Order: sequence, then C-alpha cells, then structure tokens
Amino acid sequence: MTISHTPAGAFPPLITLALRPLPLLPLQLFLSAVLRRILGQHPRMFERLGPYAGRSYGLAPSDLPFAFVLHTASTAPTITVVRSLPPGLDARISGPFSALIGMANGNYDGDALFFSRTIVVEGDIEAVLALRNAVDDADLNILHEGAALLGPLRQFGEILLTRRKSRPAPDGGEGPSRSDRSVRSWN
Amino acid sequence: MKLTLGPVLYNWEPDVWRDFYFRIADEAPIDTVCVGEVVCSKRLPFYQDLIPEVIDRLIASGKDVMLSSLALVTLERERKQTASLAKGSDIVVEVNDITALKHVAGRAHAIGPYVNVYNETTLAWLVRNGALRVCLPPELPASSIATLAKACSDVEIEVWSFGRVPLAISARCYHARLHKLTKDNCQFVCGKDPDGLSADTLDQQAFLTVNGVQTLSASYVSLIENLSDLASMGVRSCRISPQTCDMVAVSRTFRQAADGALDPQEGRRSLDLICEGIPFSNGFFNGSAGVRYRIANVLR
Amino acid sequence: MELICPAGTPSSLRAAVDAGADAIYCGFRNETNARNFPGLNFSPEELADGVAYAHRKGVKVLVAINTFPRAGAIELWRRAVGDALGAGADALILCDIGLMSYAAERYPAARLHVSVQAAAANADAIRFYMERFNAKRVVLPRVLSVSEIAAIVREAGCEVEVFVFGGLCVMAEGRCSLSSYATGLSPNMNGVCSPASHVAYEEKGGAVVSRLGDFTINKFGKEEPAAYPTLCKGRFRTEISTGYIFEDPVSLDAATLLPSLRKAGVTALKIEGRQRSRAYIENVVRSFREALAALENEQPISERMLEAISEGQSNTLGAYRKTWR
Repeated sequence: MTISHTPAGAFPPLITLALRPLPLLPLQLFLSAVLRRILGQHPRMFERLGPYAGRSYGLAPSDLPFAFVLHTASTAPTITVVRSLPPGLDARISGPFSALIGMANGNYDGDALFFSRTIVVEGDIEAVLALRNAVDDADLNILHEGAALLGPLRQFGEILLTRRKSRPAPDGGEGPSRSDRSVRSWN
Repeated sequence: MKLTLGPVLYNWEPDVWRDFYFRIADEAPIDTVCVGEVVCSKRLPFYQDLIPEVIDRLIASGKDVMLSSLALVTLERERKQTASLAKGSDIVVEVNDITALKHVAGRAHAIGPYVNVYNETTLAWLVRNGALRVCLPPELPASSIATLAKACSDVEIEVWSFGRVPLAISARCYHARLHKLTKDNCQFVCGKDPDGLSADTLDQQAFLTVNGVQTLSASYVSLIENLSDLASMGVRSCRISPQTCDMVAVSRTFRQAADGALDPQEGRRSLDLICEGIPFSNGFFNGSAGVRYRIANVLR
Repeated sequence: MELICPAGTPSSLRAAVDAGADAIYCGFRNETNARNFPGLNFSPEELADGVAYAHRKGVKVLVAINTFPRAGAIELWRRAVGDALGAGADALILCDIGLMSYAAERYPAARLHVSVQAAAANADAIRFYMERFNAKRVVLPRVLSVSEIAAIVREAGCEVEVFVFGGLCVMAEGRCSLSSYATGLSPNMNGVCSPASHVAYEEKGGAVVSRLGDFTINKFGKEEPAAYPTLCKGRFRTEISTGYIFEDPVSLDAATLLPSLRKAGVTALKIEGRQRSRAYIENVVRSFREALAALENEQPISERMLEAISEGQSNTLGAYRKTWR
C-alpha cells in the first residue's frame, strides 16, 4: 500500500478567518444545489453503496469553521452544513478541505492520504470504503459543478480551484526521489 | 469415530520425536498416525533415518500410517523430497500440496488439511482422482463440513479437532527473521520452541504462534464438545495435532468422549487440565472468528 | 511483456485502458472474487460495457473468479463463469479445482489462467493445472526469486504472469486463514482479508491504534505514517523482540527488475490494487507503460519514470531477490 508523506495543503489562516462569519444558510443552499446537480449527472452513484446506502457521514475540513453531514439515502441523499459534527454519525472523515475535495474528485488516493495521516477516519470503516469507491467511480468534478452554480460567489470557487492546482497530488507529486527511499530486501 | 494423529509440526529433537511416536504406538487409542515433515524441508534430515523404525513400531501396534507431504514446495530439494514419499513403499501418502498429486497418480492416497477442499465439486474431483480420505481445511464451518460429508459418503472425511490451527505458510522463516538470521543459515532456532513461539498483540493478548515458516493460532482448537455433531454429519475421523502436552492423555479423552463414555463438558475440563491453561477455540467450526470458543448447548 | 492492470470500478477500468494497459483484470460485485470490498467491482452489465470499451481500444479483460466456492452454493461461482464469458471476457482467472474442472468441461474454448490464489509455486503444480484443465497461464505466488521463475518458465512451458507492483502477501496466497481467525472472514471463502467491517482506528493523544476484531494490530506515534491493519503487517510482541515480525507495511515494487524478468521469460506483469483509487491506477499504469516502452527500445528505465508511484513509500523487491539465497 502506498504511504505518502506529502500533506495536502491547508487553507491559509486568512481565508479561514474570512470564512468564519459566513452564514451557513447560503452555503447550505449552494451545496444542496451542487449535490442535486451531481446526482442529476450521476444518478446511479449511490447505488454502488449497496447495503451502505442510508449511512450518514461527517466530513470535517480541519481548516474551515464548519463541517458537512452527508446522508446517503439512495432515493434522496442530502448534504447539510453544520458548525460542528453532531454525534451519532456512522463515520467521520476529517482533514484539510483540499484533501477531502481532492479525494472526492479522484485526484488524490484516499489510502495514501490516510497512511500519511493527512486525513483521519473514524467510525464504520467499511462504510467509508464503500463511499470512497462509489464516489471514485462516479468520476466527479465537484469544483467545476460548484463553480458553474456559483454566480456571485464564483471568486470563492476560483480560489479553491487555483489552490488545488497549485498543490501536488499526494499520489503523484514532489517527495523523496526513488534513490532516497528505502528499497528493502526480503529477510 | 476414528482418531487420527497429525504429523508433528514443530522442530523437536530427533530422539524426542522418536520417543513421542513410540509412546503413541504403545499407549494411545489412535487409529491412524501421520509421519513426515510438513512445515520445513530443512528439518527432515535430522530425523529422516528414524522414520522407518517409527513406522514399523506404529504398524506393529496395529495403527494405520500415512506419510505427510510438505505444505509448500518451491525448491528443487523440496520437489525431490515430495517425489520420494511415494517411492519405495506402499504407505499411503497424505498430499498437502498439489505438487504431490503427480507422484501419487494411480495409487490410493489421502488429502491433507493444507489442500483447499472447500466444496463438493472439488471433493468429488479429488475422490475420482484416487483420494480415499480427506482432512478438510481447518477454517471450514460446520455447514460446509456437513455438505461435504453428505456429498461424498464413500470418502473418509476428517476434521481438525485438536491442537493449534495452521493459519499460514510462507517461503520466509519468521523464526530466523526474529533471530536476525537468514533462512539458509537459520541455525534451526525454531528448535528452541517445541510448542511454537508466542506472538502476542501489543496489549499482550495471546494471538498467534510462530513455527518457522508456518504461523499457527495461539489457542488450541478443541472440538471435544462437538463430537456428536461431527458424527451426525458423517465425519469419520478427528484429527489431533501434536503439541507438547500429554498427547496420550488428549487422545484418551477424545476416545472416551467420542464413545460417549465421557460427558463433553467433562471432556473439556479434562483437556483444560492436560493443556495447562492454553485457551481453546472452536470458532471456525461455529462459523465465527476462529479464535472464539463456544460452549456447546448440551441437552441432558 | 504484457501489462496487466487492476480495475475495481468501471471508471478505473477506463482509466487503466487509457493509461496504456494491455489487459485489465476485474471481478464481480460479490464473494466470487478476492477483492470483495464494499462499493467495488462490476455487475454483469458493467462488465459487458467495460469489455466493449477495452476491446474497442485493443485491450483484453481477464475476470478473476478467484475465491473457493462455498459448499452448497457453487451455483454463484458457476454463474460468474457464465456471466464473464457472456460479457466477452478474454480469460478467467481461477483457483478452485472444482470450478476449473467445471469451466474446462462446460466451456472448452475458454482461456483459463491459474490464479495466484492456487499457490502453484513449482513446475509440478503448474503442469497439473495445464494437463488436467488446459490452463494456459499461471500467476505465480509471490514467494519465488527471479532465477526460480526462470527455471519454472523453462520447465513448465506455460505462460507466466508475475506481480510487479502493489500490496504484497508475505504468506503463500490462497493458504492463509489469519484473517478468518481474527474476524471470521477470509480471502479464500469471502474474498476479503482483514476486512474493513472489523477494523477500528482509535485516536489516543496523537497516536493511532488500529484494531482488527478483538485484537490490536498496530500503534502509530504522532509523526509515524499509519497503515491499514492487515494482519501479516502488524506489530506483535514475542519474547525475542516486538515489532513487525512478519513484514513491515511495505509494498512490492519490482520495476528495476523488469530487464531480468523479461530475460527469465515472463509473459505478463501484474499490478496489484483493484481496491485502490482511480488516481493510483492511472499513475501506476502510466509509469509502468513508460518503463516498458524504455525496455522495448533498449533504453534504461529512468528513475524519473517511476517517481510518480514511488513517492515516500517504503518498498521491497519481495522474494524476487531473496537475501537468504
């Protein structure tokens, strides 16, 4: 399994501060619209969850003053913005926002992010795997979908997009070169 | 129900190894005894020359004898060792790797617990190919055992019933690795642990046992409380795998329990005393994690 | 040498095809294959679509039906054989004697490969599968050195496929019950090893404790890279020492051995990782495609080609270069 040491980038504190007073309702409306748009394009995405459809996931960006709760009921999945994650969720994934988005977009390998301790996964690990695999298969581009809807908030989306592009993917970027790392013999 | 003594899986001193089988021959109520090296081809030369006298003694005391083949065959030396089992005698070979099937072609043989017999089609194929008896893989649940025994009633089905359960085999030697030795120059350090080397969790929970290239459970499997279930499924033999505890006492306990002369729970208590605190497991049989032990519900 | 690449989802299949695979291997979304993980694998319809996509680009699809059918339920595995061939699969990767005999009799034209799960580790075992079931290729267990592989190719006269990258079983494949001992679920019966359903991570003061079933498998300090609690790559305590007594959490990378594997007569190179993300598959396949192109043009395999997949991780040459020989 890949073990990555390259952390996905965190938001600069200034951006985090700027986001803090943001009221949740507009963000909530926006995210619900993004989810609807994504489901419109990938209507079978959550089918892949099989018996895990209906689980609830907490997504907590460690560099943002709010978190998300994803309910994956196959008929009507919802995403809710919260100030902090409520108890009773099936699983929680936390880490830098860019890592969470990168993973959802298929740019980053979730295993590598976990092994490098960039993200923390708690709760029902099997449910997390199911979600990861379902989302990975859907070939999403959340940022494009979001940006397309943003309108007046487009600048916010562009910040995200440029940040993502400026960071190397943990699975394919800078790091120790081949000669630095240890190649072990087998006994 | 017959009792079969599996081969010694550990690296015992040659005279200890010989005396163990002599005592089995003289005292144990065992029907069939397996002899031979299953785990590490490097161990065989130490006691190879003792095998004929051990076999003679076992046969003289009325026991059936089987020669067990290596479980993992990768080297030329190991291929030759495997081929030699079927040569020069008519003792039944117990096949523990597909490699050995070539050498027993056309003659009656047994299939050992290291060959993957998970379903009735595979079992039927092996029986058509000449297998007279089959010791099933230890991880099979009761439901599979019952199906297999029913599907092929003309073959003697055997089930792993006592002793640490083999969980994995590797080309690497973990005894050598722990002692920072190479496998080729292992100094036979596995001989220091005649009942295997305990590998506990970081919380000091008993878990696994290292035996050279083999990994076994820390617990001893015990199906002493499940013998009537086995019999009613059509299982005809129980495999008892040698540990350092008193194996004559273990086999007597199993014999009495199988004959109905000993209450199953009494049997468990007797084994507890014989095995001096080693935990028991029967989880595989019950279709759960292998490590678990479920006390049978016995109606009186 | 052919490059055989994993696909856990239809979109991974397309990514691997586009990144330069010669063949894709994948399985159905049930216990008939050894990567029976949640959210992964193919329905028969998805497989048919995937095969069509691959075939349009000249890429083959091999379907792994590489668990051991459960007694009394063999119909599920037989249906997988029929579904795979119906979807246009180019070969079946099988390990069970009974299923192989069924496939060989019922579908004599089907191309059969011997799965690594059959643990056919020498020429006698390989010839058994060739002679009895007309198997055309064997995937070798990860216990052999390059010279042993060369000897097998010479003697068995069979196509040989070897793993070159990814997760590494240190135990002989198809003969390991470590997972079911701790959890009740095994690679052989259920297609899972150390299953996520039995995994728990506990964060304790910056350290992460990983558990499988009732057992602690590892503890990672604050700065230490974590690992999935695969049993044979856990830390255990013995009277001699405490640590990775079986294997460190390393993965196989035999890229530097491509020239010697070619010389040994290997037909196909296999990348492990059906359970990994599209990002991983794309990267690894592209890197190996570049390395193979260099090899075919008699150019050295540059370090740069493989950087993308070798970042920061700890790798091993596995058994290919045994230090104890």
